[in-house]
Amino acid sequence: MERLTPVEQRAPGKWQIATVVRIKEETPRVKSFSFDLPMWMPHLPGQHYDVRLTAPDGYRAQRSYSVVSSPLDEGQIELTIDLLDDGEVSPYFHEVVQEGDQVELRGPFTSYFVWRGESPVLLVGGGSGVAPLMAMLRHQRRTMPELDLRLVYSVRYPDDVIYADEIGDDALLTYTREAPEGWSGHTGHVDAELLREPSSGARLAFVCGSNGFVETASELLVGLGMEPGTIRTERFGPTS
Amino acid sequence: MSNFVSRGFTRRRSTPDELADRVPPGQYVERGFPVLTAGPTPLVDTGSWSFRIDGMVVTEKEWSWDEFHELPFETVPCDIHCVTKWSKLGTSFGGVSVDTLLDGVEPQGAYTVAYSYGGDTTNVPLDDLTGGKAWVVTEHEGEPLPRQHGGPARLLVPHLYFWKSAKWVAGLRVLDHDEPGFWEQNGYHIRGDPWKEERYWND
Repeated sequence: MERLTPVEQRAPGKWQIATVVRIKEETPRVKSFSFDLPMWMPHLPGQHYDVRLTAPDGYRAQRSYSVVSSPLDEGQIELTIDLLDDGEVSPYFHEVVQEGDQVELRGPFTSYFVWRGESPVLLVGGGSGVAPLMAMLRHQRRTMPELDLRLVYSVRYPDDVIYADEIGDDALLTYTREAPEGWSGHTGHVDAELLREPSSGARLAFVCGSNGFVETASELLVGLGMEPGTIRTERFGPTS
Repeated sequence: MSNFVSRGFTRRRSTPDELADRVPPGQYVERGFPVLTAGPTPLVDTGSWSFRIDGMVVTEKEWSWDEFHELPFETVPCDIHCVTKWSKLGTSFGGVSVDTLLDGVEPQGAYTVAYSYGGDTTNVPLDDLTGGKAWVVTEHEGEPLPRQHGGPARLLVPHLYFWKSAKWVAGLRVLDHDEPGFWEQNGYHIRGDPWKEERYWND
């Protein structure tokens, strides 16, 4: 008897030509780009896409960026891109790309640093490391607003806050270099004092940022009693 | 291959010609040493550390930290390629060849899973670990391997994407079938050859 064909894992991953439909300046060094995708599929909050640029001489550069939009936005994804001075892909996006331009993308990829509806959950972001966490927050707010997702967000200066109009009142911000005038909240690097209350009772933590930031924050969470297996990390940049 | 060209994009990074053929497709050269780790960095004490070879073998083996350091030690110059797109050229590690470790073990299967302190796993076929292609290393560029990079000891399989070079490695389990490890279950390719750009499941 013919056996039933098992359900295949869905197949993300083919390069497709997406169209930039919206560019939003988040901060002086950070922009978000919304794309229309011809072969869209829903992502899990926290997943990433790969971007590929091709020069006329055939030279190519690829980078990965987290999706920052909710999968409820059918047919589209939004990526947030931080301008790196010695970068190759981020300066292209910041200086060249306009609405209507086409870009090769493929995704969504990997299923570890993803939120699947767990609660309570602690989100700890440093700088542009807040990007995948924003996908989780946006999706939670539109689907399961009763769930408990708590954001701790570390930035250097007041104008470094990405998604400023979407940072909820319950989020804990800290400014490491300079706080806004009249700021009475936390300043300086993420420390145990800042993480103690939001980590207590958390089933899961997602920590994303530079390698040094993630190393520090995840060790603090272990020190505060979270099991290492409940702390998921995503890091960028080299070790010092 | 698609004919797509990105409007207004030109090369900004230049890789010296003599290095260009050492950079696999889709990779860029990084002078630093970034980190791909799923969770907090485990703290592994060399006093209780051991490295085992077990599973489908005639003779299981296990070495303590001191016993491991009595084995023939090699310096391994290599290039490494991370699936997240960076490559580090001309680096080096120091450790013991997997060929040496397998001496007398008599594996009865063609596959392995490398398992780590902290719970990580990654699958590597035995063919990719033998014939001078893989090591268990305790040094990077002449210094003890830093914790964030897998210290005290990691697997080194430089011809595959670097997630296969399991950090905080505790042992190799020989299997008669290929069994996806942690990263492979979460979207990364079952083998991970950077020259074939085997990054994700369907590559």
